[in-house]
Amino acid sequence: MKIKLNIWKQENPKAKGKFEKFELDGVAEEMSFLEMLDSLNEKLIKEGQIPVAFEHDCREGICGSCGLYINGRPHGPGDEIGTCQLHMRAFKDGDTITIEPWRAKGFPVIRDLIVDRNAFDKIMAAGGFVSIDTGQAAEANSILVSKIAADKAFDAAACIGCGACVAACKNSSAMLFVAAKVSQLALLPQGKIEAKRRALNMIAKMDELGFGSCTNTGACEAECPKGISIDYIAMLNREYLCASFSEAE
Amino acid sequence: MSKLESKIPEGPLAEKWSKYKASMKLVSPLNKKKLSVIVVGTGIAGAPAAASLAELGYNVKVFCFQDTARRAHSVAAQGGINAAKNYKNDGDSVYRLFYDMIKGGDFRAREANVYRIAEVSNAIIDQFTAQGVPFAREYGGTLANRTFGGVQVSRTFYAQGQTGQQILLGGYSALKRQVALGKVTMYSRRQMLDLVIVDGKARGIITRNLVTGEIEKHSAHAVVLATGGYGTIYYLSTLAVNSNGSAAWQAYKKGAFFGNPSFVQIHPTSIPVLNDYQCKLTLMSESLRNDGRIWVPKEKGDKRDPNTIPDEERDYFLERRYPAFGNLVPRDVASRASKERCDAGYGVGKTGLAVYLDFRDAVKKQGEKTIKGKYGNLFDLYEKITGDIPYKTPMMIYPAGHYTMGGLWVDYNLMTTIPGLFAIGEANFSDHGANRLGASSLMQGAGDGYFILPYTMTNYLADEIATKIPLTDTPEFEEAAKSAKERLDKFLRINGKQTATSFHKRLGHIMWNNCGMSRNEEGLKKALVMIGDLKKEFWSDLKIPGKADELNQELEKASRVADFLELATLMVTDALNRKESCGAHFREESQTEGGEAQRIDSEYSYVAAWEYQGDDKEPKLHKEELKFENVEVKVRSYK
Repeated sequence: MKIKLNIWKQENPKAKGKFEKFELDGVAEEMSFLEMLDSLNEKLIKEGQIPVAFEHDCREGICGSCGLYINGRPHGPGDEIGTCQLHMRAFKDGDTITIEPWRAKGFPVIRDLIVDRNAFDKIMAAGGFVSIDTGQAAEANSILVSKIAADKAFDAAACIGCGACVAACKNSSAMLFVAAKVSQLALLPQGKIEAKRRALNMIAKMDELGFGSCTNTGACEAECPKGISIDYIAMLNREYLCASFSEAE
Repeated sequence: MSKLESKIPEGPLAEKWSKYKASMKLVSPLNKKKLSVIVVGTGIAGAPAAASLAELGYNVKVFCFQDTARRAHSVAAQGGINAAKNYKNDGDSVYRLFYDMIKGGDFRAREANVYRIAEVSNAIIDQFTAQGVPFAREYGGTLANRTFGGVQVSRTFYAQGQTGQQILLGGYSALKRQVALGKVTMYSRRQMLDLVIVDGKARGIITRNLVTGEIEKHSAHAVVLATGGYGTIYYLSTLAVNSNGSAAWQAYKKGAFFGNPSFVQIHPTSIPVLNDYQCKLTLMSESLRNDGRIWVPKEKGDKRDPNTIPDEERDYFLERRYPAFGNLVPRDVASRASKERCDAGYGVGKTGLAVYLDFRDAVKKQGEKTIKGKYGNLFDLYEKITGDIPYKTPMMIYPAGHYTMGGLWVDYNLMTTIPGLFAIGEANFSDHGANRLGASSLMQGAGDGYFILPYTMTNYLADEIATKIPLTDTPEFEEAAKSAKERLDKFLRINGKQTATSFHKRLGHIMWNNCGMSRNEEGLKKALVMIGDLKKEFWSDLKIPGKADELNQELEKASRVADFLELATLMVTDALNRKESCGAHFREESQTEGGEAQRIDSEYSYVAAWEYQGDDKEPKLHKEELKFENVEVKVRSYK
């Protein structure tokens, strides 16, 4: 296949970026999207040009490093996949593909398609944990957890922290990300004790870092590579509301 | 420093660790505040270690090359984590776990270390559960278990096929908590370029800020490397594309001995190589072998749709060769058996380098829903890559480079031969001998980080309380920073024609073909010459675009490939030295009539610890003799 590419290039966080056009021949259907970009970069380097910077690591959809906005969709066409799991069989010969970085106030561009998602770390540090030191844990089976609760917690915990939910949201809200962590821990007895404090602190940090509010459009759920449901946002709202009443000073 | 002292405590095996712990030196809370530790790597060893040390009161600086600690490649571990809980009442115990690991490692691991990791295994599960890790549960609310290869008990805890992700996030959340409390300073997007030694002790590291290109100096009272393995030396492996061996390699060049570098686990169940553009292979968890049956057609070159091949025309070769363990033989055995069938012409798929992993019988017996509950996300992952649906069509799998049992040599304290430099998790050589059993890597990493290092580190730091926080404007730091910078500039100056990736690919081919699943003297010697030639070519024809003082991913790659080119030589040297077969190290010259690995205990019952002697000089071999006082050393059989 021959593919036309329209890629966002931006030298550094302060530079004014712009779209640049590239053409790539000999693209095979079984190539992954990132392998297509690899071969573009190999070609550019050999031609003495600067390659396109993009983030990637595990290439099996679990580390959450890669995240490209492809033809107007986070992680491109296809449901419940990370960018690294997108294959060129999703495109046709002669297609033009537009590739952008995540666009959100909370995720400033570092270079080309790489953004700074440090804000997620900050939100996690605000309360995305159970306060237990090493060695303090009780015997694991001493607290029983219903299979249903554990499975639901797992579904929320599957979040890979890629940021597609933020990129998909017209408000650049990080609600699904926060909801996944708050719900996972609120569903389990181990996390229940700090549930209120956690919900309040993580939401406060999310607001502080410039992420928008949720207006229930469901775009995050539609683009989440792990299929995390917005039901968890409802659960977060409930946790938050209860916490606001009971822990209000 | 050339004498190897393993520092294994005296006393009966089961009492060594508890007695040693009771005799270790302590540091008072007030003094802990004055002491600092650098931890490089935030995987399942590094994150727990950093969090635990910070909880104790030390000041911890943590480094990772990813944009956040949560992406370390432990995140991709699928199947599970072992512990000797005996929840299944099936005869498990600390001793049994210890024995399985010693046997699984083909009697090439240190008894005392292995026993200790088995001993702390239960506390690891308690810790993760308390952190809110959603392990799989039974309807009654208790934790669920499954079986893994090489053992006959069910001791593996899991969270679907994403166990690594879930427990890593447990460790990461503990780390984030300490960041919020101000006890951990996090430095992400940093590659370690060098280790700094002052007066014979590890006192800091040199890093490159991967965003700005700035060369940075960081000091501390001690340094911990939790930097994982070097399986990406094969280019194609199950590791993350950016996983690398550079930190360990720089430590080696500064005097840390490297233990058993040629011991690499080739995982039997990876999705086969599909095309030439691939830069990584995707693992399919070993847990699939609990229900999947491995086979090839009995007829060579049988191109029929696998579902139309009747049972009597299928060769379930693992069940045939190893009736006692069947599809659950250890990884090295399974990998070699698949390779043997494919080399003999029975392989399937386009390339003939694949075997079937079939769930037909399991789906029939247990129903699709049950199978989905156990492996749903793995089946989805497989479908996304290949387009085939494993509920209906057998998976195709082939072995791929996966885990390095070799690594920095450490003593019982997990300290390398450089005082103050510790290595934990996959980065050290210690617990898996010549072959690692499934679900033991997460256990070892987390055990080192949570329950072993915090003790041995305190024991070390007790003698450092009078040391002021080291300064970074000393000649040692200046010199290390300068040479790191010069090396990067050198890459840029070559201005040749070939990319770093193209060199990496070629190195990977040489290593896979000659120092992979099967090795022989002729191939290894040939590989040494080829690596030498490739290294010369690399340093004369490498092409790196851009500059050093900016985000430059090609420069990052070049630096890693340059280290791999050197490490490759050491791996081959080690493989040449060990003329026996043991575990994953299969020397074709040393096999039984049935094609099984043949150990030569009289000559090779030792850990090979290599000492760097200079860039173009032969490394010096030190031998740590292995003593087996608690198990009978015998032929490892799974038949």
